[in-house]
Amino acid sequence: MTSTSCLLCGVGGQGTVLASKLLAYAYMKQGKSVRTAETIGMAQRGGCVVSHVRAGREIHSPLIPKGRADVMIAFEPAEAVRCLPFLKQGGTVVVNRKAVKPVTASLSGLAYTGEEMLEYLEAAGIHTVVIDGDAVCAACHSPKVLNIALLAAAAGTGALGMDVAELRDAVQQLVPEKFHALNLSAIDYVCSR
Amino acid sequence: MGNAAIAMGALHAGVNLVAGYPGTPSTEILETVSKCNDGSVYVEWSVNEKAALEVAAGASYAGARTLVTMKQVGLNVASDPLMSLAYVGVKGGMVIVSADDPGPISSQTEQDTRHFAQFAKLPVFDPSTPEEAYEMIQDAFAYSEKYGTPVLFRPTTRVCHSCADIQLHETPTVHKPEGFVKDTMRWVIFPRTSYLNHIKLEERTPVLSKDFSAYRFNKLTGSGRLGIITSGISYTYLQEALEDYSGEVKVLKIATANPFPEELALEFLEGLEQVLAIEELDPVLERELTYLCGKHHLNVQIHGKLDGTVQPAGENSVESVHRVLEGYLGLAPVEAPTLPEPPELPVRPPVLCAGCPHRASFYAVKQAMKGRKAVFSGDIGCYTLGNAMPLDMVDTCLCMGADITMAQGLHRVEPDTVNFSFIGDSTFFASGMTGIVNAVYNQTDIILMVLDNSTTAMTGHQPHPGTGVTMMHEISPKVSIEAILRAVGLTSVETVDPLNLEQTIQAVRAAADKPGVKAIICKSPCIAVSKPAKRLSVDESRCVGCKQCVRELGCPAISLKGQKAYIEPDLCFGCTICAQVCKPGAIREEDAQ
Repeated sequence: MTSTSCLLCGVGGQGTVLASKLLAYAYMKQGKSVRTAETIGMAQRGGCVVSHVRAGREIHSPLIPKGRADVMIAFEPAEAVRCLPFLKQGGTVVVNRKAVKPVTASLSGLAYTGEEMLEYLEAAGIHTVVIDGDAVCAACHSPKVLNIALLAAAAGTGALGMDVAELRDAVQQLVPEKFHALNLSAIDYVCSR
Repeated sequence: MGNAAIAMGALHAGVNLVAGYPGTPSTEILETVSKCNDGSVYVEWSVNEKAALEVAAGASYAGARTLVTMKQVGLNVASDPLMSLAYVGVKGGMVIVSADDPGPISSQTEQDTRHFAQFAKLPVFDPSTPEEAYEMIQDAFAYSEKYGTPVLFRPTTRVCHSCADIQLHETPTVHKPEGFVKDTMRWVIFPRTSYLNHIKLEERTPVLSKDFSAYRFNKLTGSGRLGIITSGISYTYLQEALEDYSGEVKVLKIATANPFPEELALEFLEGLEQVLAIEELDPVLERELTYLCGKHHLNVQIHGKLDGTVQPAGENSVESVHRVLEGYLGLAPVEAPTLPEPPELPVRPPVLCAGCPHRASFYAVKQAMKGRKAVFSGDIGCYTLGNAMPLDMVDTCLCMGADITMAQGLHRVEPDTVNFSFIGDSTFFASGMTGIVNAVYNQTDIILMVLDNSTTAMTGHQPHPGTGVTMMHEISPKVSIEAILRAVGLTSVETVDPLNLEQTIQAVRAAADKPGVKAIICKSPCIAVSKPAKRLSVDESRCVGCKQCVRELGCPAISLKGQKAYIEPDLCFGCTICAQVCKPGAIREEDAQ
C-alpha cells in the first residue's frame, strides 16, 4: 500500500476535526507524509462536515478523490451514505448507529431514523462496522468520546494501517491530560467488544 | 495547518507586528502568532481590516516587519489604505494575507485577490501547499523590503485549512526596526508625489516580472506541444490527475500571478500548439497568456474558463481536473464504483446551535411583529443563520454593517414598514458605528437589534473591543455598545436578556411604537463560551403533540419521537425558550421534575 486515505464525515460539533488530528499525528509518528483537509467555518454549525486524512510517501492533493478512500469513519448514518461515493471498491466503513436528525427533517416530517441508512450500506455490500456510539458514551459517562471510539473501531479493522496502541499514543500526545483517562477508557471499551 | 505554517513563516522572517480581522479561512494565522509569541511580537485583532492595514502601515513606516491578515472580502474594506499604500510604499517589509475562498465554502463572494494585486499594481504570492506557504511568506517579506512595497499573499481555503508535515528552520531572523524617519515627500501622499510614484510603479512592474521569471516557486516542467498553466492548490490536483498519464505535457506552475513572469511564460509557450489553464476563481492566468500571445503574435490556442472548457465557478478537485484532462490529453475516464440508489438523505444546512441566544432574539422580534408590516435586515455572522426555517428572520444580508444602513434605505421607500436591523457585537464595532450615526443624523426610523453574545462567534470566538481581552493576553477596558449608542444621540436604548422572551417581546413592541432610531441590545453569551445552565426534558404525559416547539423554534436539540416532542439531552443547553413557548407546560427543567 503506497498510501492510506481516510475520510471522516459527520455533523458539525461531533468532533471530526480532533479525530483527524489524532490520525494525522499517528501517521506522522509512523514516518509517513501526511496531508489533511478540514471543514472549518459556517458548516461547523450543525451542517455536514468532512475531514480528509491522507498518509503515505508522496501525496499531492489534501482532498481524497471520489472512489479512493480506503476507510470512511462516519459519525452519523446519513453522512456515511452521503459520502459513500468517496469510498473505494472494497473499502471499509465504520459508522455510528445514532442518527442526528436535522431540523429540516423534523419540519418536513421526513421519517429519518438512521436505520434505513445502515440497511442500505448492508444491501449495497459495503464492508461496514457499526458502532453503538450511545452505548460507548453511556459506558464512559461522556458524550465527548464518540470520535475516539470510532477511531478505535477503525484501527481495529486493520484498514487504517495503524494499531490501537498507536492511537493511544496519539491521544496521550494531543489531548489535554485531564481527558486522557476518559478517552483511553473509550478505546478500551471498543476493543473489549 | 496551512495557516499555522504562514504564521510560523512570518515569525521566522522576523515579523514585529501582526494585525488582522477574523475571517474564514484566514483566522488561524493571527491566532497561531499570538499562541507562539514570546511577547516580542505585537499582535492585535483590529476592529476591522482597514484599521489593521493602517496600524501595520504605520509600523512599517517606522521600519517594522508587519503582517496583516484577513479574508478576501476583508480586503474590500482595507482597499482604501491599500490603493494609496501601493503608491507610498513601506520601509519595513509588509505582507498582506488575503485568503480566498473558492466554492465559496464560507464567504459572500468568489472574488479573486489576484485581481486586487493587478488593480493595486502589487506583487502577489500564491502558495500551493502549507509547506510552500511556509517558505513563500518568508520570500514575500524579502521581496517587500527589496522593492519597498507592500506585497499580497493569497492562500485559498484548501491551503489554509489543510495540514501537512513541515520541517521548520532552526534559527529565526530577528529584525530590529530603525524607527520613523520624517520625510514628507515620502510619507505624505499628495497629487504631485502620486504622479511621480505612479511612474515608478509602472517602471517597476516589468522589473518585478523579470525577477519573478527566475523565482523558485514558479516552475516549468515537461515537454511537448500541449501545455497546462496552473497555480495554487489546483497544481496539486493536476499532479495527482497526471499520475494516470504517461504522454508528453508541459506544465507551468505560477506562484506570482502579478506581475506575471512573462519571460518564463514565453519559454513555456515556445513550441506549444495548445494551452489549458486550470485555476480557481477568475481566469487570471488564462488572460495573461492570451495577452502575451497577442503581444508576441503567437499562434497558440488557449482553453480554460473563457472558452467554457473549465467550470466558471466553484472549487476544483482532482476529479474536476481529471475530467478536463480526459478531453484535453485523452486520459481514460475514472470508473466510479456503481452504487444502488440511496434512500432519501436528510438535508442538513448549518443552523443556530441549540441554546443559541440569537434564536431567542429572532423569535421575540417575530412574535412582537406578528400582524405588522416589518422588514428584517441581517448581517454577517452566526446570526445570518436566522434566515433558516422556521425562524425565517433575515430578509436581506449584503456585507458587514449593511443591515443598519440598508434598513434606512428600505424605510425611505416604505415609511409605513417597521425596519429592523440585526447586528452582532463584533460586527457593530467593525462597521456598524458609522451606519448608526448616519441614521441619527438623517433622522430615520429604524430599530437596531444588537445581538451581543460577547464574542466573535462564527470565526471561532475571537475577542473584540467589547470583551476587554486583547491578543497580547492583556485586560483592556470594555467598550460599551450602549454607551456608544447613547453618545451618538440615541435616546431609546434598552438592554434585555433575550432568553427572557416576554421581556424582549415587550421591549420590541414598545420600540416599534416610538419614532426615531431605537436600539435594543440583546445581551446573552454564546453557548460556546459559557457553561450549560440546566437541562430540559419533555414530560410526555403533558405533551399534547402540538409540535409548536419544533415548528416555531427550529432548535436542533428538539425533534419528534412518535407524536411527542423529544429533547436530546446531550445537545440541550438549558436556554428554556422551548419551555416558554410550550403552552401545556410540558417542557421543564430536569431537576424540577
